[in-house]
Amino acid sequence: MKIAVLVNEGPYQHQASDSAYHFVAAALDAGHEVSRVFFYHDGVNNGSRLTTPPQDDRHIQKRWSALAEEKSVDLVLCVAACQRRGLVDEGERERNGKDASNIAEGFRISGLGQLLEAGIEADRLVTFGD
Amino acid sequence: MATLNIVNKSPFEKRTLEQCLSRIAEGDSVLLIEDASVVAVTGTAYAELLSGCAQKLYVLSPDLAARGLTDKELLGTMTAVDYPGFVELVTEHERVHSWL
Repeated sequence: MKIAVLVNEGPYQHQASDSAYHFVAAALDAGHEVSRVFFYHDGVNNGSRLTTPPQDDRHIQKRWSALAEEKSVDLVLCVAACQRRGLVDEGERERNGKDASNIAEGFRISGLGQLLEAGIEADRLVTFGD
Repeated sequence: MATLNIVNKSPFEKRTLEQCLSRIAEGDSVLLIEDASVVAVTGTAYAELLSGCAQKLYVLSPDLAARGLTDKELLGTMTAVDYPGFVELVTEHERVHSWL
């Protein structure tokens, strides 16, 4: 079955991001296709490569990036939410005249249409938030 | 076809569980995750409401364990599932709705 996931909260503050990750990992283990994880609102903070949690803590961003690399999960950050919160890829850096980018490996920035498309194309859309 | 309703907040904090239970159809199911898992056990102020519930009730066992509660204390109407069980519930129901 094709499953899409929406994450509305950032890492470490709420459990939503952890719940979403464990759900996605279990769905992939069960042989389902996770077509896309869309990060909206504070959820875009999951995609910053500059986070450095304590070594004995889980690394939420790296955990997501590993899913993208190993299981080809499409990790999409909402562009308007990124602009408000300072999540920047090379294209956005150039377009908005910023001095750096910070998007993590495996993530990409795109529009809300990607969420609608995921909802239409997937058999199920599961939302995690606060 | 039925809807899987996911509730993630304790009813002692938010009213989403009560709102969910008062609105959903008889054939629907409710899955308690995160802080909502605290009312899956006996002895809470919500035990009566959840024991008289016509819908199927599930609780995510890792979230229950993370709050120091065990499957042994579960209400009679409650079924514990792990993450693979969560995925199965999602596929078995036609729709999934998170009460945020």
